[in-house]
Amino acid sequence: MNKSPIIQTRDLRKVYQVGKVDVPALRGVDLAVAPGEFLAIVGPSGSGKSTLFHIIGGLTPPTSGQVSVAGQDLASMSDADRTNLRKRTVGFVFQKFNLLPNLTARDNIAVARYIAGMDSRPDPEFDELLRLLGINERLDHKPSALSGGEQQRIAIARAVVNRPSILLADEPTGNLDTENSKAVLAILRDLNRRLGQTILMITHNPEAAAYGHRTVHMRDGKIV
Amino acid sequence: MTAKLVLENLKNRPMRTLLSVALIAVPVTLILCLVGLSHGMLEDTQRRTRGIGADIIVRPPASSFLGLSGAPISQGFVDFFQKQPHVKMTLGVVNQPVQGVTLGATGIDLAKFSAMSGGFTFLSGGPFRQPDDVIIDEYYADEKGAKVGDHLKLLNQTWRVCGIIASGKLARIVLPLGVLQELTSNPGKVSQIYIKLDNPANTQQVIQQLKSMPALQDYPIYSVEEFTSLFSINNIPGLKQFVWVIISIGVAIGFAVVCLSMYMAVLQRTREIGILKSLGGSNWFILRIILVEAMIMGIGGTILGILLSFGAYWLIHTLVPASIQMVIVPSWWPISLAITLVGTAFGALYPGLKAARHDPIEALAYE
Repeated sequence: MNKSPIIQTRDLRKVYQVGKVDVPALRGVDLAVAPGEFLAIVGPSGSGKSTLFHIIGGLTPPTSGQVSVAGQDLASMSDADRTNLRKRTVGFVFQKFNLLPNLTARDNIAVARYIAGMDSRPDPEFDELLRLLGINERLDHKPSALSGGEQQRIAIARAVVNRPSILLADEPTGNLDTENSKAVLAILRDLNRRLGQTILMITHNPEAAAYGHRTVHMRDGKIV
Repeated sequence: MTAKLVLENLKNRPMRTLLSVALIAVPVTLILCLVGLSHGMLEDTQRRTRGIGADIIVRPPASSFLGLSGAPISQGFVDFFQKQPHVKMTLGVVNQPVQGVTLGATGIDLAKFSAMSGGFTFLSGGPFRQPDDVIIDEYYADEKGAKVGDHLKLLNQTWRVCGIIASGKLARIVLPLGVLQELTSNPGKVSQIYIKLDNPANTQQVIQQLKSMPALQDYPIYSVEEFTSLFSINNIPGLKQFVWVIISIGVAIGFAVVCLSMYMAVLQRTREIGILKSLGGSNWFILRIILVEAMIMGIGGTILGILLSFGAYWLIHTLVPASIQMVIVPSWWPISLAITLVGTAFGALYPGLKAARHDPIEALAYE
């Protein structure tokens, strides 16, 4: 873990305006994540972990401070640059799966490739990954016909289909039962071990956090 | 992939899609019916005028080509024209409105008319035999459900149908000239005069000759081709403007329907928009999906509108075949499509931009 960080933040701050009131969500976060690291971020609601996740994922800009992701300075990026970052550099896995309900599992994965401008040629490595995820037989079903565990595996497949440098998982087991939670966490660990995928996982659950190499705790917008 | 996203969205909300398409179809049908009616009425008048077989038409002074009021031309002119060089025969007729501006009766000397035009084609019955006889064409007979021997109330008189003719010559209702002159208090007067020449090639020469006569200075004199060419949408006062009003209404309705429909769709799909943005979907990608969806509804609405215009055509031909003529004008199909697409594109723009500008975090949190 002595390589230069793939994610680095320095004095990262984010203030949301709610009406006329400024609400600080991040109050100076310093974080470094090495390439290939599986990092769990744990903290209570309102601790700022989701805001950190959104900034690192390029979904929102920071108010101040420095944030570098895969060598790119997000603080100085335009909306369009952050959109491009989300195409190939980061992949998201959400608590609520966030699959497009009208599309089949296969098309949910294909839409991510399409948006990233990837060609649709068969990818044997990705096909192998689908088999590992245990969803290769379920690809022609729409999300409503899939279990929560299957939906989350599809979401993981969609998140990694463009080979992003970083996988961001926000409470990926939050809507799953114990068995499916373990399966999903095992898949994340497997992705990390086999592919060297850098993973940043937000969780409330200490057992889930234990799957990571390292756990950082957040409280009141700071890493403690 | 854009097409798949759009089609799945449309399929997922079939009632919204169908209602939007149906509402977009309404102004398309309106436009096509208006254009079809304009063309139908004008083409019918042109066809019936050409069917007379004349080469020249002399109209009363200060008259519009569109219609006639009364019978101001002395019948003596008919004989006068008959004596002019190259004139083979002349026919003076009296025109009298029967039902608004769309249906009129024409009084003729049947023998002279037959000589000029080759005569009516009688589908049943035959020529006038008594003063209260009326000849009607097949469409008017259909509209009134009249047969030969039936009695019709026209111009405050009761008439016996003596013959039913094939449409396409002169008028839908034909009365004896003298009877109509008496009835309209115009004895010895006619509404207009048709002239047939020995050779159509002499038409312009004869017109020039007639126009050079001082007594005819104020009389509009046309060749039949020139006269019928005046029956175009551009020459009917107000019609072009009316068509534009209907087109504007069409664009406005298309705009409003699509704006409302897509606004609702964008609201319903806020979370999906957030998902697409989290995957790196650009503002243009999101806007394109909304625009393409609106365009497909616009195309669907135009196709349905065209089909409905065939329904309107059938209804008009079935219910009022003599009073109103409508034709299907395929050249207006692409125009109505363009009109619809303009309306739908503008209608989709606001919801599309709203969708494209969604904050991805807020969109993903939308329940």
